[in-house]
Amino acid sequence: MTKHLLTSALFAGVVTGLIAALLQFHFVIPLLLEGELYEAGARIHFPINGSPQSPAEAPDLGADWGRHMMTLTFNLVTYTGYGLMLVALYAFAKTRAISVTPRQGIIWGLAGFFAVQLAPALGLPPELPGTLTPEVLPRQIWWSLTILSTATGLGLIAFGRGFLPLLGIGLLVVPHIIGAPHLNTYWGVAPPELSAHFVTLSLGAALAGWVLLGFFTAYFWNRLDPEQ
Amino acid sequence: MTTTTLTNTRTDSKILPIATVFLAGVMLLLVSGIAQATVLHDAAHDQRHAMAFPCH
Repeated sequence: MTKHLLTSALFAGVVTGLIAALLQFHFVIPLLLEGELYEAGARIHFPINGSPQSPAEAPDLGADWGRHMMTLTFNLVTYTGYGLMLVALYAFAKTRAISVTPRQGIIWGLAGFFAVQLAPALGLPPELPGTLTPEVLPRQIWWSLTILSTATGLGLIAFGRGFLPLLGIGLLVVPHIIGAPHLNTYWGVAPPELSAHFVTLSLGAALAGWVLLGFFTAYFWNRLDPEQ
Repeated sequence: MTTTTLTNTRTDSKILPIATVFLAGVMLLLVSGIAQATVLHDAAHDQRHAMAFPCH
């Protein structure tokens, strides 16, 4: 059983990680590199004695293959990690007589996107390089607890009986009432348009990744099931 | 003399492997998204920003 879960997650994680990395290279990384120009001071938005305009021009990916290979590699690791958690949840659902077909896997993937990307992004938006932020540890704690709370909340809404779905709604809201750690000043050096577009595109790429991950984990999990 | 009453000890043999696989996923994410060791952080940098992990 363990082998079945591990191989399904690995296959799904590798396929999804590859596609997600391609999406990131096309849509997200160029804006990230553009943000780094402002972080490093190679471009300055609103210079003191200059034009209030900055060129809206993302650099191309360049020839830094080592760096991009690492991005690809860590996408495989990340999506395999999330894939392991998803197939473990499918297997747990199965012990409760809840089946997961590949189409239903898409719904699980959407729920994953909601819990792991969208809900934490409400408090901690995806950061363009150069964004000044509070200490990393409190943010990591809020991020982790928000994912845990949101995922549990969604699970209660989907499968809970009686009043449990209402408790689930509460779990969706509580992290945002508590609020993520924030600085009490703005420090942004990059144009706000660039930062906003980076946020929407990285969320969009992650949405595509999670939908694919939900589908492929469920597909391989059913396909490789030794009991079928 | 102590009397231990064991009731309801049906252990679901599937829970342990399921939990193990789940934790294996968590461990991978600790490496790709959370750990702050410099080498790891630099290598994973772009992916962390793209996937909205709280980075540095």
